[in-house]
Formats: sequence, structure tokens, C-alpha cells
Amino acid sequence: MNLTFSALSQNESFARVTVAAFIAQLDPTLDELTEIKTVVSEAVTNSIIHGYDGNPDGKVHIEVTLDDHVVYLTIRDEGMGITDLEEARQPLFTTKPDLERSGMGFTIMENFMDDVMIDSSPEMGTTIRLTKHLSKSKALCN
Amino acid sequence: MSLDIHFQVKESVLCIRLTGELDHHSAETLRQKVTNYLETEDIRHIVLNLADLTFMDSSGLGVILGRYKEIKQLGGEMVVCAISPAVNRLFDMSGLFKIIRMESSEQTALQTLGVAS
Repeated sequence: MNLTFSALSQNESFARVTVAAFIAQLDPTLDELTEIKTVVSEAVTNSIIHGYDGNPDGKVHIEVTLDDHVVYLTIRDEGMGITDLEEARQPLFTTKPDLERSGMGFTIMENFMDDVMIDSSPEMGTTIRLTKHLSKSKALCN
Repeated sequence: MSLDIHFQVKESVLCIRLTGELDHHSAETLRQKVTNYLETEDIRHIVLNLADLTFMDSSGLGVILGRYKEIKQLGGEMVVCAISPAVNRLFDMSGLFKIIRMESSEQTALQTLGVAS
């Protein structure tokens, strides 16, 4: 599934609901669905605020691939990129404290997903690849 | 789905009830409205009721922390009540519980602030 939309904050809700609707076919638990919606929200918000610095001309791209019970989620922008990845991944670190950013985006992604890969270069943009293995226990119970 | 923000002033306590989704988009509206209340009314404490909040991300943590700092400056306290397990995880992860008090219900929260509801 591929999705491209303008870097506008009102599209954050659209992005997480669309991804959740696509993943619903794997019959995830409510917790898993909430976790995926949250990480989509975090990554998309990062692209809008940091990648494009609020410029709505920017585009955010989402790709979701499902393989058995594994969700592969890619969120990409062509924004300004992250200069110091190590720093960006630190809990509570933010370059925009004036905007009341909590600095918890990457920490949440790492907690809610099984694997988080960040690929970023200045002026080229940022690509975040997230992987999550969904539980199969529910199917076994039936 | 967007965010519905309901305000009620009880004595010197501002009760904020949130219904819907708190993300980067809706956080800004919440920030402006609460700040406006604190500037125009005689408010000492904040009770934030999250019983009907269906979604929250780190932007929510940011705006809650921001309001905590604001009320702290006024010498008051912020109490958060009725939070869901999902929101609880975010609070836990960010360490927000270390500074913001949580109560099970709005009524209990108000009682601890000396307001009979």
C-alpha cells in the first residue's frame, strides 16, 4: 500500500487511520493497532515539523507491506534530514523545545515496534523503516 | 476525528475534559485555549480529565508538560485523571508521572485539591 500526502498537520489523523485500516486485515489486537497508529503519528509529525519545518508544499510518503503476520512500514520525506541521529534518538531530546515538543518520538517508535531503522541525510530527507511482528495467539485460540 | 475540549471552572480549579484525539494538529488549539483561560481567569490548579480521549501521541505529552509548567509558575498543581492503559504507557515512558499526579476520577482529583464537587 502506498500513500502520499501534503505535509499538513490535519493529515496526521488521516495517515494513521488509513494505515490502521490497511493492517486490520491481519486481525491485530487493539493494543497492536494503537501502537501502529501511534508510531505513524510520530513519524509523520516528525516529517511535518522537522523535515519540512511546517512547509505544506512538502510531501510525506508511506508504504506498508504485509507478510504473514509481519508489518513493514516505511515513512519517508524529502525534507532537510537529521544532522545528528544519535542525539535525535535520545529520550526527551528535541531541537524544538519552544514548540513544546516532548522529544519522545523515536523512543516511542523503538518501544512500540520490533525494529526501527533511520536513514537520513542533510537536504535529502529522512526514511524510517519500522517492522512489527503481530501476535498470532488470537488465531490459535479460535 | 478531531479533539473536543470542554472547560469548567470550579472555584480556582480549571477542569479540562478532552474527547477525541490529541495529536500535533489538535495540541496547538488546546495550548491556546488553556493559556487564554489562565491569563483571563483566576485559576490556581488544573484537573485534566482524559476519560474520553481515544488517541494520544508524543505531541500530547508535550502540550500536557507545557501546561504543567504554566500552572506550576502560578504556584498551582496539575492533576490528570481517568487515563487509559495506552496513554498510561506514554506517561510512563516519558517519566511524566514523576512530576504530574494521577487520580482515578475527576471527583477524587477535585477532592485532593480541596474542592467539593
